[in-house]
Amino acid sequence: MKKSKLLMIVGSLLLLGLFVFPLWNITLEAPQYPIPLGMDIHINKFEDTHEFDIKNINLMNHYVGMQYIPETIPEFKIFPWAVGIMVFLGVVIGLKGNYKLFLAWFIVMSMLGIAGMYDFYLWEYDYGHNLNPKAIMKFTNPDGSIMGFQPPLFGSKDILNFKAHSYPRAGAYFMFIGMLLTVVAFFVGKKESKV
Amino acid sequence: MKTIFKSLLAITVVSLVLSSCGNGSSSKKGALSSSVAEKVYVAPGEHDEFYAFVSGGFSGQLAVYGLPSGRLFKVIPVFSVDAEKAYGFNEETKPMLNTSHGFIPWDDSHHPDISQTNGELDGRYVFINGNNTPRIAKIDLTTFETTEIIEIPNSAGNHSSSFVTENTEYVVAGTRFSIPFPQRDMPIDEYKGNFKGALTFISVDPKDGAMDIKFQIMMPGFNYDLSHPGRGKSHGWFFFTTYNTEEANSLLEVNASQNDKDFIAAINWKKIEEYVNNGGGKKVPSRYAHNVYSDETHSATSTIKKEVLIVNPSDVPGAVYFLPTPKSPHGCDVDPTGEYIVGNGKLSADLTIHSFSKMIKAIEDKKFTGEAYGIPILDFDAVHAGTVKQSGLGPLHTEFDGKGNAYTTFFISSEVVKWKIGTWEVIDRKPTYYSVGHLMIPGGNSRKPYGKYVLAMNKITKDRYLPTGPEVTQSAQLYDITGDKMELLLDFPTIGEPHYAAGIPADIVAKNSKKIYKLEESKHEFVTKSEADSKVVRDGNEVHIYMTMIRSHFAPDNIEGIQVGDKVYFHVTNLEQDYDVPHGISMIGAQTSELLIMPGQTETFVWYPKQVGVWPFYCTDFCSALHQEMQGYVRVSPKGSKVPIKFTLDGDAVDAE
Ligand SMILES: [Cu+2]
Repeated sequence: MKKSKLLMIVGSLLLLGLFVFPLWNITLEAPQYPIPLGMDIHINKFEDTHEFDIKNINLMNHYVGMQYIPETIPEFKIFPWAVGIMVFLGVVIGLKGNYKLFLAWFIVMSMLGIAGMYDFYLWEYDYGHNLNPKAIMKFTNPDGSIMGFQPPLFGSKDILNFKAHSYPRAGAYFMFIGMLLTVVAFFVGKKESKV
Repeated sequence: MKTIFKSLLAITVVSLVLSSCGNGSSSKKGALSSSVAEKVYVAPGEHDEFYAFVSGGFSGQLAVYGLPSGRLFKVIPVFSVDAEKAYGFNEETKPMLNTSHGFIPWDDSHHPDISQTNGELDGRYVFINGNNTPRIAKIDLTTFETTEIIEIPNSAGNHSSSFVTENTEYVVAGTRFSIPFPQRDMPIDEYKGNFKGALTFISVDPKDGAMDIKFQIMMPGFNYDLSHPGRGKSHGWFFFTTYNTEEANSLLEVNASQNDKDFIAAINWKKIEEYVNNGGGKKVPSRYAHNVYSDETHSATSTIKKEVLIVNPSDVPGAVYFLPTPKSPHGCDVDPTGEYIVGNGKLSADLTIHSFSKMIKAIEDKKFTGEAYGIPILDFDAVHAGTVKQSGLGPLHTEFDGKGNAYTTFFISSEVVKWKIGTWEVIDRKPTYYSVGHLMIPGGNSRKPYGKYVLAMNKITKDRYLPTGPEVTQSAQLYDITGDKMELLLDFPTIGEPHYAAGIPADIVAKNSKKIYKLEESKHEFVTKSEADSKVVRDGNEVHIYMTMIRSHFAPDNIEGIQVGDKVYFHVTNLEQDYDVPHGISMIGAQTSELLIMPGQTETFVWYPKQVGVWPFYCTDFCSALHQEMQGYVRVSPKGSKVPIKFTLDGDAVDAE
């Protein structure tokens, strides 16, 4: 088999890691939590980093009127299909071996990824800003506006007594490496076609 | 008589001289160098190396300290009610203090011992005896709570207890006082021959630790003072010191100190176990309580048992022998190899050490000098291994460091003396402040002592701490024993009388410590697993409030329809599932304590409303920023009032079903 085909197939198969490993993680550190509270985000569920972490995040957050982290969200129905279909397409394209389609696949996948991140941002924004008007504690920004408690999309951020960390996890790395391989496959395929 | 008074006077004089010497030398001069301070310093956020479980004596409890820092972590309620933790006050733990004499909310807790596997500490349980109304308790070291108490029938002054055998096959409960057997109305001066001393062997289930009295050996009417299991080569034997082999019944101070030698009773429990397993012994009617606490139901049950298996030692030839030991021996300690049995004659200046292998030989060679109630008395010289001569005054207890050294406390001369096993020579002595009783080396009661520290437990402190009126603290003192000479590192005050202690490396225990109780696993009869399930139910004049607590509110919070004369049960569940987030609750006028409820746990208290009005309850454990807001009211109407039961949940009024 041609090297480019192999790379394309392996690359798209790596996306299957998303079905095993979490995609993202949000961790909350605070003095009274020597073992920080954490939540792993998979493509089909939220999961406690340590047992009862999500329950305890909810309990802490009710003071400022944040909503409870839902048991499930509609995206959890869509993401597995989207990933599954992309893997299937990737393998089919890889078998056919048209290197131009490799790039097309990568672009589609990147757009899907960007859409996913944007969706994540919207969810975080709503979670951090759509506060219960009867919240026990109200905090305002220096300009007088109501303070939001949105966790960072990527990176670390101080929120009151907590330090929130938001970073990709193994599932995401599988996806990134897989996507990278498909780009490599494109260039290798291009080279192979000129020989 | 005169000679006795003279010798007592002599002892007093000598002890005064010795203790004043001790005072002058090192206690007052700030002998502690900075390097000593470093040895006990545990930096903020760091953990101690050992747990020390120090009994509270007359407090009836068991305190948990860290070593080397001496910091107090917890007082575990065992035999006494404890308002701080609602132990003996809430409905769940009241059965733990039930006995055949009814609810006894106090005892005298003396000797903790940690469970063992293959002669080494396994850190699963601590056992401890209640002296006064004889009981043995088991404390579970995953929760640090008392989970089982078994009453000991046919016993009084349960003192030679609660030591465990090498694989925790048995916990023993030896009676200090002999009493009529069967217990009956009889003249006290007919003590001799009619009173008996029961040595009780409680089996411990290797799987779940469940205790059960396997058999009682009905021994002659002596006083059984202390005991120790054999180990290694002597595993299968148990040794008990006796006094009052005279079987006197009044002014024992004099009348029980006449015999030059009393005995150490050597019991081959494996032989008796075999006899019992083959149908030996006699089932005798009896009454004793067996109380078990379940972590699943968060509740205790008390069962009165009606029968106990009695073994007459003369029915099992070769199972029991007496080792003559001078003079009213108190401590009875076996070295880690199991070869040497140390009997500390508290009225003697010497320590008498017997050899286990010589004892076996003497039994084979039938070197007996007589018998007592059918039990052979072995020849002293045939079993005697050696004597530590003129070692101090009033020897009490001995522990071992696992490196061939032994450490003995001397009550009258207030000191710890280090001596060498085999050569019987004194190596070092250090004063204690003052009147030391027991001492403890972590694991000193096992085949594997952790011979880094010895903890001396003192009865008197006089000028060692700030005065607190006529009652001043008792204390413990920590010595470094890693070198040839002992080094005093630390004094720290203790709860009650620090009678005896058991120590264990922290890493064996800490990793198993429970953080929360899982709410979904609760099998408590009155658990409320969510706020939506909370409710108030009237049943005749009983009202059951199914209440939940979470930071920072109760559900329900305002309850109406309660009447004077009702019996109101608060069944309160802590819904939290986070480590170290207990909540408390107390109700005005409740004739009980607050409840202190761990995450996932349910506890119950009863409140008898006596006055019409609106009465508050509140959270008693500062739990959160809004702890002060964690409160509610109960409206109490006159008896027969038409006010219906209702309550508020999440701010909304709810009518009772
Ligand atoms: Cu509270």
